[in-house]
Amino acid sequence: MSLKAKEVATQNGQPEASYDVIETKLTFRQYPGDRFSHESLGLSVEDVADIYRNMLLQRRFEERSAQMYGRQKIGGFLHLYIGQEAISTGSVYALKSGLDSAITAYRDHGLALALGMTSNECMAELFGRVDGCSKGKGGSMHFFSKEKGMFGGHGIVGAHIPVATGIAFAHMYKNDGGVCICYLGDGAVWQGSFHEALNLASLYKLPIVYVIENNQYAMGTAVDRASAETDLFKQCVSYAMPGSLVDGMDVFSVCQAMRDHVDMAREGQPSLVEIRTYRYRGHSMSDPGKYRTKEELEAKKNEDPILRLKSYLIQENLISNEDLDVLDMEVKAEVAASVTFADESPFPPPEAIYDHVYTQEDYPFLT
Amino acid sequence: MAELQIREAIRAAMVEEMDRDENIFLMGEEVAEYNGAYKVSEGMRDRFGDRRVLDTPISENGFAGLGLGAAMNGLRPIIEFMTWNFAFVAIDQIINNAAKIRYMSGGQFSFPIVFRGPNGAAGQLAATHNTSVEALYSCFPGLKVISVSNPDDAKGLLKSAIRDDDPVVFLESEFMYGMRGEVSEAEDYTIPIGEARIAREGDAVTIIGHNKSYWRALEAAEMLEADGYAAEVIDPRTIRPFDWDTVIASVKKTNRCVVVDESNPFASVSSEIAFQIQAQAFDYLDAPVHRITARDTPAPYAKNLMEYYLPSTEDVYRACRAVMYLD
Ligand SMILES: Cc1ncc(C[n+]2csc(CCOP(=O)(O)OP(=O)(O)O)c2C)c(N)n1
Ligand SMILES: [Mg+2]
Repeated sequence: MSLKAKEVATQNGQPEASYDVIETKLTFRQYPGDRFSHESLGLSVEDVADIYRNMLLQRRFEERSAQMYGRQKIGGFLHLYIGQEAISTGSVYALKSGLDSAITAYRDHGLALALGMTSNECMAELFGRVDGCSKGKGGSMHFFSKEKGMFGGHGIVGAHIPVATGIAFAHMYKNDGGVCICYLGDGAVWQGSFHEALNLASLYKLPIVYVIENNQYAMGTAVDRASAETDLFKQCVSYAMPGSLVDGMDVFSVCQAMRDHVDMAREGQPSLVEIRTYRYRGHSMSDPGKYRTKEELEAKKNEDPILRLKSYLIQENLISNEDLDVLDMEVKAEVAASVTFADESPFPPPEAIYDHVYTQEDYPFLT
Repeated sequence: MAELQIREAIRAAMVEEMDRDENIFLMGEEVAEYNGAYKVSEGMRDRFGDRRVLDTPISENGFAGLGLGAAMNGLRPIIEFMTWNFAFVAIDQIINNAAKIRYMSGGQFSFPIVFRGPNGAAGQLAATHNTSVEALYSCFPGLKVISVSNPDDAKGLLKSAIRDDDPVVFLESEFMYGMRGEVSEAEDYTIPIGEARIAREGDAVTIIGHNKSYWRALEAAEMLEADGYAAEVIDPRTIRPFDWDTVIASVKKTNRCVVVDESNPFASVSSEIAFQIQAQAFDYLDAPVHRITARDTPAPYAKNLMEYYLPSTEDVYRACRAVMYLD
């Protein structure tokens, strides 16, 4: 409004309005806890038992690795996924094994086991042995399995998000019907790579679901100390894609949400899902977790996704206590065997240092 | 032999390879509708369509990483950077992902990808637009680095780079896109990665230079010829892996060496060449290795300063005479 028009408006006693207002209606989906059942999801009793077994395997595997870390069998960083297992297991349930792809950051043991990688190859990798899933070259943060569609295990926060986008690009380009799930932390949302990648995915209509595993913290930084907008799913608005908010402590909510979003991806619609969860352990083994209160931690432990599914199984009479015990024993035995396997697997020989740098067999390394 | 500009030679390499292999695509800023910021990809979108020649937003980190994911999942991307200066915002993708994921995955995933674009001095654009990146990328095992000086090498080496199953950093030059030269018309013409070219044989001094510096080396050799001395000129063409055998054999013959390198001097390609020569041919040297590089400063804007900043033919000529103890 020109200065003159302003004066006129003020003289006439009308309120000064120098701009118009644009109102937009935004809608998001929410998948709360306790909304879905195995029946509503069409899961058989065996399916639910499988889901439970897989979550339990992740839990026991990581408890064991923490112990092995204490015994110095494992070096470097070890980031545990304990508390977040409903996300890996629940979302992988929406994928087609042998076709689809998944990629995550360094908190990757859970996803690897959910994708069907063996406890043996995972434990051996933690031990840095030749039989590890990355032949002892990657360690805890860099689990890979081409066979299982596990594209890593990535240690640089946010760096795998554009890579995920390219994996989805290849699915589209080859027209193979595959989709990619890209998992990332709440902290990774503030890397530019996240924003560049979502925009590219939306422009090119890529078959991808970006899953923010909001476990409330990036190391010691709570979400509200790093994010001006704490509803992370709302980032979808800038990239013109659908967004959902999911309760990550209920595996059925995750299953339903991811099924819907993977379906969208298969139709060429990328999307963003924020799954709220909690990690019970420190960021890594060296973190005593002083940035949060005991009360907060205890309260969250009451929502434990594994205990929750266990009570569901019992309440719904889907499994007997004896069968639960058997399952528990089996999982423990599998994990114990993986420790033996890892311990017996040899260290890579010194010459192996030159393997896998290049595909070229006779690359002339400087010596 | 056909006479082509370097831009045409690069385009011919891409077109021939894309005709041959459906899994190759070209992606970058302004490569499709605009036909390329330097018209390298002119006509390619018309030929291959939007599916295989894709414009991107100005998101180097995003589309460099997209290329890597596509490579992991079976494609063979060519990613064009408008210039390598702009790839600094994507350097995490190239250094941490392209160079290292194959290793960290125990060899499960490989990266048949080419990152290409113009590198080095490009005129009065000041410091942000005049960076030489060959030494930087050559620091990282997992990458291959090629820098070309003429249309024939551009075509033959780019075709090899596209076929290579390892990630290749392919360095061109804004100044040289219009340069014409003979290009082999041999069917399926490729030049092996990792082989230097002896452009001119001689016994008085070895002069090594890649990309624009190759031409400074050649001009200095011509000046020396007028003085009655035959200089041997070597264009390494591939920086990583470097063809040490050719260089060391030459120095053992000439006993003197001058390296021309348009990069800033510290830890540059010339540093590594000088190191290798002293390590492998110490007893053959009649003089210390000399090098002519850009000044140890950011690139200036003023015309006179920019001329002072870059290696000149005269500098190279004088360095050659110095190692020959002529003056
Ligand atoms: C680029 C980069 N900056 C910093 C780090 C160090 N770092 C590792 S994990 C992490 C926190 C990430 O938090 P979030 O994304 O929420 O994932 P979470 O650990 O909660 O799974 C930081 C800062 C890193 N690995 N990469
Ligand atoms: Mg977090």
